[in-house]
Amino acid sequence: MKRPFIPERREFFKVTSIAGAGFLLGFRLPWGGRLEAFAQDRQTAFAPNAWLRIDRNGTIAVTVAKSEMGQGVRTALPMILAEELDADWSHVKVEPALADKKYGDMGTGGSTSVRTSWEVLRSAGATARAMLVSAAAKRWGVPESSCRTEKSSVMHVPTGRTLTYGELAAEAANLPVPAKAALKNPKDFRIVGKRMPRVDTPSKVDGSAQFGIDIRIPGMLYAAVAQCPVFGGSVKSFEEKQAASVPGVKRVLPISGGIAVVADSTWSAFQGRDALRITWDEGPNAHLSSEAIRKMFVEASVKPGAVAVNEGDCDSALAKAAKHIDAVYELPFLAHATMEPMNCVADVKKDRCEIWASTQDPQGFQKKACEITGLHEENVVVHTTLLGGGFGRRTETDAASQALEVSRAMGAPVKLTWSREEDMTHDMYRPASYHLLSGGLDGNGRLVAFKHRIVAPSISESKWPGSTKEGLDPDAVEGAVNLPYAIPNFRVEYVMANTAVPVLWWRSVYPSQNVFAVESFMDELAHAAGKDPFEFRKALVTGMPRMRKAMDLAAAKAGWGTPLPAGHARGIALSPPSFFQTPVVQIAEVSVGTDRRVRLHRVVCALDCGIVVNPDTVEAQIEGGFVYGITAALKGKITVKDGRVGEMNFDDYPLLTIDEMPLVETVIVESGEPPTGTGEPGLPAAAPAVANAVFAASGQRLRTLPMKLS
Amino acid sequence: MPSFTFTLNGKRTIVDAYAGMPLLWVLRDTLGLTGTKFGCGKGLCGSCTVHIDGETARSCITPIESVAGTTVLTIEGLSLNQMHPVQSAWVQDEVPQCGYCQSGQIMAAVALLRKHPNPTDAEIDESMDGMLCRCGTYQRIRRAIHRASAEGGMR
Repeated sequence: MKRPFIPERREFFKVTSIAGAGFLLGFRLPWGGRLEAFAQDRQTAFAPNAWLRIDRNGTIAVTVAKSEMGQGVRTALPMILAEELDADWSHVKVEPALADKKYGDMGTGGSTSVRTSWEVLRSAGATARAMLVSAAAKRWGVPESSCRTEKSSVMHVPTGRTLTYGELAAEAANLPVPAKAALKNPKDFRIVGKRMPRVDTPSKVDGSAQFGIDIRIPGMLYAAVAQCPVFGGSVKSFEEKQAASVPGVKRVLPISGGIAVVADSTWSAFQGRDALRITWDEGPNAHLSSEAIRKMFVEASVKPGAVAVNEGDCDSALAKAAKHIDAVYELPFLAHATMEPMNCVADVKKDRCEIWASTQDPQGFQKKACEITGLHEENVVVHTTLLGGGFGRRTETDAASQALEVSRAMGAPVKLTWSREEDMTHDMYRPASYHLLSGGLDGNGRLVAFKHRIVAPSISESKWPGSTKEGLDPDAVEGAVNLPYAIPNFRVEYVMANTAVPVLWWRSVYPSQNVFAVESFMDELAHAAGKDPFEFRKALVTGMPRMRKAMDLAAAKAGWGTPLPAGHARGIALSPPSFFQTPVVQIAEVSVGTDRRVRLHRVVCALDCGIVVNPDTVEAQIEGGFVYGITAALKGKITVKDGRVGEMNFDDYPLLTIDEMPLVETVIVESGEPPTGTGEPGLPAAAPAVANAVFAASGQRLRTLPMKLS
Repeated sequence: MPSFTFTLNGKRTIVDAYAGMPLLWVLRDTLGLTGTKFGCGKGLCGSCTVHIDGETARSCITPIESVAGTTVLTIEGLSLNQMHPVQSAWVQDEVPQCGYCQSGQIMAAVALLRKHPNPTDAEIDESMDGMLCRCGTYQRIRRAIHRASAEGGMR
């Protein structure tokens, strides 16, 4: 990897006794990797950014500054701390943090939360535990070494006396913070590694879970918005009479990027929005189309790109190869399509502003609110609710800006909600991409040369113009440069091909495209070499023992090479450890019916994510990553016509349904290494594993997504 | 504004609403029952599923006037303390990820189990087919429906 994640080693602890009643330990979470760039303009050091509080009644409150979007972070992070603290899990209470720079970067993405918090949460738990032991030993006048801890209590082993953490909290708070506290041996873990029930599950089965869209504030108005359907367009003129006469509509309000309709219910606001008569200035992109974009990609692919990797001499090795094959792979733009449409509740007052939002970037919302209102950040309160799906989309502040503008204009709290159609047509999309691949085999069918030219828009350039150097966006080649294979002649080029279609991080980001192209092409090469696709790969995976182990486990579980029912076939794909650092192997079993439909029967996913905090959550994330990936592979496509997105809702942007869901079996490699990411790694290998199985079943090589059989 | 009377989660309810307003928005914005979710507004995703007179209905496309005189059950009225067998199966199998679609999934599963107390996978597929989940919890939904069935989900 070009930008390896380097954990922040400095830790900062600070103890405060709260009103003489309890114990408060502040500590700082490290942050890095992908979201370092995300945080580049709001670096703060040495301010404690997560808090552990032990109350006199024994409640252990852990503040979580990361957003819960289904990945289980509100359970996993406290589990790590509770483990080293030897807490009674039933005493642990999770408190979501308000946006504040003291927490460092609160952005949630890049499958980073557990792996970047692991060390410091352990240290924090261990430090607090050591102080509680000290306090007990002092009170009893015994050596600390004669005490042990269990379930939120300190016990004096020789006498059996115990004191609870609640009873010790106030005294512990007055003790010096030890320079270093011993961490547990992972084999003694009692919480980490267990299938702990997720703390938010009960609220998600009785309707009480609060997502951003569920927030209700006294006196709150409801708003809808109409935005120009054409990228980069604006309002030329509008007529508000029809909208204003819709029952319940209070006001029609031009805002940045469109027209808002404010009403006494979401429904009236939607009705008012639909009644608006707007003439748009469609701007310079009014003729943009998917065809034109594809043509631009094809033309751009003719020229060499920026060199991301160049080992050996690819061109001459290809020229000398006994067998040489070429292929073109293509992937479309994709929408995030979170189930909860974009929305935001904002309450802008003269001297204070409050926001309630399902956001992956609470501090970005805070900053945006400061810009719009002119208020200082200490007067801008951002509450992060549960997120009804994030997948990268909720790192953006577009709906928040609109809600803030409307609330300021109305002088009242406002809930602004996008319709599904607004959400689908004003997403920031997973970039489309175009891939040229060439491979060379020697006389023994060994892979000697591999060349990959990637043509795709740059997300980094779109977010931070000028941030890439010499035409190379290192993110855009992830999953293509870090192959698990030893290939003597290996070259990857990137051709930046930006378009007017807004782009953004989409679960697993560029590996979602690159791994499809690479792993499908590896399958083509295996067949060209006359070799078994598993064995062909295995012979090349020489320097990545964790990947080899995952391959063996996946093959054993899936029964690679064993007979299948008639018409069924298997395909394999490897996803290398990209920014999320987790190697994954997937083996899919499919059949292709006479109706030319792909049926998924069974998928085995083997991964090595280091020490597992909550195995059930890891399995859920792998299941979810697979579904997200295969939904894209089988169905996902955003098309552009006349400068606008053609897909509007779930009828033309369909999702996988339960009747199409295969059995997904997750195999986790046992490991003593620190944890790595699990939110995204289940995705990249899904499409190529299935495409390779489709080839084995039908003889059709599908090089364009979404898959279409002839 | 006309008023409409119906039974909501066991209570007689009178509500003032504009004619044509879908039940979803009456529940969420007028009555403050936000457990029923807005996903698509076109009856395509199932997040807004409630029961009307014991049958599943997509509340986002159900005008309030058609609800007058009926009995409506939402996720909030399903049980006290998540004690319905379907809810308890959902907890035991850790079905929800983001959780946004799960109120609708649960209401659909309850209706399915009332019709088919011991559903086959095919019956689950047929009945739950239009219930979209972006997090991909389908495998667990299926597992939890079987569990609820085994533990008396027809209630």
